[in-house]
Amino acid sequence: MKRIEAVNDFVIKFANVNGSGSASANELFAKAILRMGVPVSPRNIFPSNIQGLPTWYEVRVSEKGWLGRRGGIDMMVAMNPQTWEQDVAEIEAGGYLFYDSTKPLPESAFRSDITVIGMPVTAICNATYEDPRQRTLFKNIMVLGALSVLMEVDPAVIEKLFSEQYKGKERLLESNVRALHAGRSFATDHLSPPIGLRVKRADAVGNRIFVDGNAAAALGCVYGGATVCAWYPITPSSSLAEAFEKYCRKLRVDPDTGENRFAIIQAEDEIASIGIVTGAGWNGARAFTATSGPGVSLMTEFIGLAYFAEIPLTIIDVQRGGPSTGMPTRTQQADLISCAYASHGDTKHVMLLPQDPAECFEHAAAALDLADRLQTPVFVMTDLDIGMNQRLCEPLQWDDARAYDRGKVMTAAELEAGRDFGRYKDVDGDGIPWRTYPGAHPTKGAYFTRGTTRDAYARYSEAGPDYVYNVQRLLTKFDTAANLVPAPLVRAAARKTRLGVIYFGSTAPAMDEAMVALAGEAIHLDAMRLRAFPFAASVREFIASHDHVFVVEQNRDAQMRALLINELEIDPAWLIPVLHFDGTPITARFITDNITKHVHALAVQPRRERVK
Amino acid sequence: MTYITKPRLHHPTLTKNKVGYTRRDYEGKVSTLCAGCGHDSISAAIVQACWELDIEPHRVAKLSGIGCSSKTPDYFLGASHGFNTVHGRMPSVLTGANLANRDLLYLGVSGDGDSASIGLGQFAHAMRRGVRMVYIVENNGVYGLTKGQFSATADRGSQSKKGAVNNDSPVDMVGMALQLGATYVARGFSGDKAQLVPLIKGAIDHGGAAFLDVISPCVAFNNHAGSTRSYDHVRQHNEALNRIDFIALAPEVKAAPAPGETLDLPQADGSIMRLRKLHADYDATDRLGAMNHLQLHQAGGELGTGLIYIDPHAGDLHAALNTSRKALNALNEPELCPGAATLAKINASLR
Repeated sequence: MKRIEAVNDFVIKFANVNGSGSASANELFAKAILRMGVPVSPRNIFPSNIQGLPTWYEVRVSEKGWLGRRGGIDMMVAMNPQTWEQDVAEIEAGGYLFYDSTKPLPESAFRSDITVIGMPVTAICNATYEDPRQRTLFKNIMVLGALSVLMEVDPAVIEKLFSEQYKGKERLLESNVRALHAGRSFATDHLSPPIGLRVKRADAVGNRIFVDGNAAAALGCVYGGATVCAWYPITPSSSLAEAFEKYCRKLRVDPDTGENRFAIIQAEDEIASIGIVTGAGWNGARAFTATSGPGVSLMTEFIGLAYFAEIPLTIIDVQRGGPSTGMPTRTQQADLISCAYASHGDTKHVMLLPQDPAECFEHAAAALDLADRLQTPVFVMTDLDIGMNQRLCEPLQWDDARAYDRGKVMTAAELEAGRDFGRYKDVDGDGIPWRTYPGAHPTKGAYFTRGTTRDAYARYSEAGPDYVYNVQRLLTKFDTAANLVPAPLVRAAARKTRLGVIYFGSTAPAMDEAMVALAGEAIHLDAMRLRAFPFAASVREFIASHDHVFVVEQNRDAQMRALLINELEIDPAWLIPVLHFDGTPITARFITDNITKHVHALAVQPRRERVK
Repeated sequence: MTYITKPRLHHPTLTKNKVGYTRRDYEGKVSTLCAGCGHDSISAAIVQACWELDIEPHRVAKLSGIGCSSKTPDYFLGASHGFNTVHGRMPSVLTGANLANRDLLYLGVSGDGDSASIGLGQFAHAMRRGVRMVYIVENNGVYGLTKGQFSATADRGSQSKKGAVNNDSPVDMVGMALQLGATYVARGFSGDKAQLVPLIKGAIDHGGAAFLDVISPCVAFNNHAGSTRSYDHVRQHNEALNRIDFIALAPEVKAAPAPGETLDLPQADGSIMRLRKLHADYDATDRLGAMNHLQLHQAGGELGTGLIYIDPHAGDLHAALNTSRKALNALNEPELCPGAATLAKINASLR
């Protein structure tokens, strides 16, 4: 048997039982490697259960810095008998299986083409600890200790992490350190370390941070000045609202009075959530909700009202697999069309497309500005892969000189000076009218907000020309939006090429890796990463200047491709879909294989005449 | 009537209130509702109550859902911002607006279709949260704008204009409000302005969630024999529990009536609300007693009206959330943004 030998480049997966305390030990493992200067990208794979059922934690270690899911497992830490068979089967030939050997297993339970490492963890824990809870918790830490020996992870780094985690809780700190070393001694004495997968100190992390997208988006809302948050619990977005509350309690309490400079309501459903956000936005507070696909479905009537009545609000959609309850704990980018055109009648909405937690922060704050500037709902389209997994990303940045853009709000002084106020009148040519906050002036500036048609001065009207004026102006406003949203980023291929690729959101890390792999196979592509909808003019130009453009996305129906075709009137033949939608995050391997196949076919039979 | 423009000129002798407005300054556009509609009487009562309480019109935000009743905010307080929201969802929008600026008076107008059918959930949860507001349901037991379907508050056995009999048991909004935590619950009748105006004033002065069920007959679709929401039926079965008098900002009470006949309730602004009892055994500060009393009346086919329940020391959602005294919509970067130095520390904790 040929063992897999790899330094700083492998995938290890932990198969655990939900609610057994494995999550924190797994995170420690990932963080220890990070502290050794080696990039990691972990992913939680969990079903929709709380306790007693399977959960996995897949860690990719990559000194080169590839943060997308790789596919394939080099080492399995199989701690869950329920999933034993599938876990063992998943290991690459030449890989490693680490398991709890307390109960003897028949030879047929193993494979001959992998290295099997057994440690009687349960037995050791039962002998060491009386308390059943301790037995479970320290089992995870002992395994961590053993792995640190097998893979040459520096124990000092783990101890440092312990000391940070248990600051002021000396007893907990000490018992964790003891369990770690018990695991280490066993491995040293009985498991003949090291194995072929090893971690070596490097300097590839830099000053990047390790954070999940939901926490980063929540911080973006704090920094962006959101004061009202209304939400309804739904995976995978719940931790976003909870993180907002956590950060607000730290950062948004008036130091003198102890009063809160925020209001968070866990509403009775998503309809009430968006209603609360609509009311707050109407009344001049920055407000947002966090939800997922099913929540957006419930919110659509309100989204139409906010679009038509021109009320600023922000919706963060942490996408999961649909339709219906679909795959609530799996990732997809499948709400694009339902958000872009949410609600009845002619509606279109602004969407931002963050690629990682750093952009979740940036886009959340930007969305609050854009909503006020454009007086309309703005979506931040993140997903479970970004939202619920810690990801290495650039440090969050804020410029203290940055002022909130409150948009066109007519003040009491301006009203008093006799400035003409037409709530739905386009006076600046950008389609964006002026608004007033309720209560601004005793006699001027009051208006009646409604979802029914009105004239430019907000007076009820069913006259066709008034309606047409309004909805045409909304289109003008949408054109304005295309120039205000984060612009797409283009990366030119090393060589001149007639092929392009468009991608966005959580596909980015896999795409980065695939681009290098494809270039290695002499397939050169210019790449454009979309960061928002509506599309900037450069998107049309990018497509026009390539013979064929691949559109890589994580849904079945090529939703982004459909938006491109629909909004830019692109010939569908020019855009080749590359679609990944099984609920797992897209991989570089998938993209590379798929594009390679297409490129070979196109060489024989192009779908489009050559661009001049 | 919509083609008639309301004259902007007011008679110079019209009495001004303490904030310098005449009663006409509290009016809105000309109503588009049917002549004789109970809802217009409620609008007039709102105008009267706001004028009497010296409320500046622009410091009121009026919100509604969809339906005949929800159209009415356009017909009063023309100098206030108004928001005609989504069917059944006024409570959530009002909640959000209230969170954004705690300094305005929030007036939510809804109907029985809007609040008891499609919006029952939002009605319930707004009450539970104790949002400070005046929540008026203009209750006529029928869908007017869609021409005469039963609403969820129509009594079992009552007849529609076309003769259909309602088999469903009615939603008792007053009973629900009491149970769900509203701290001011009243029922009025659009045909009794003398009773209704003080009930609205009491609701405006209240420091928490105030709910007002106003029976408001629909002259077009629910004012016939066999209806239990017609003017005639309501007049015959109206059982007033008490009457409200306001004693403005004067704690010294002249000519105190005999004990047991009245209940004096201090208001947030220092004035006294005096409740004259019409039923000697009725105590409007006893929630359980109120629920009982009301059910007894209802079982006898009578509609108990007046101030049904009040918690004079009610708190509201802002108190529960401990939100800042300064309105959230008035906070800016210095108060809201923790700044780059703090972010650098957060970054450091994430490595």
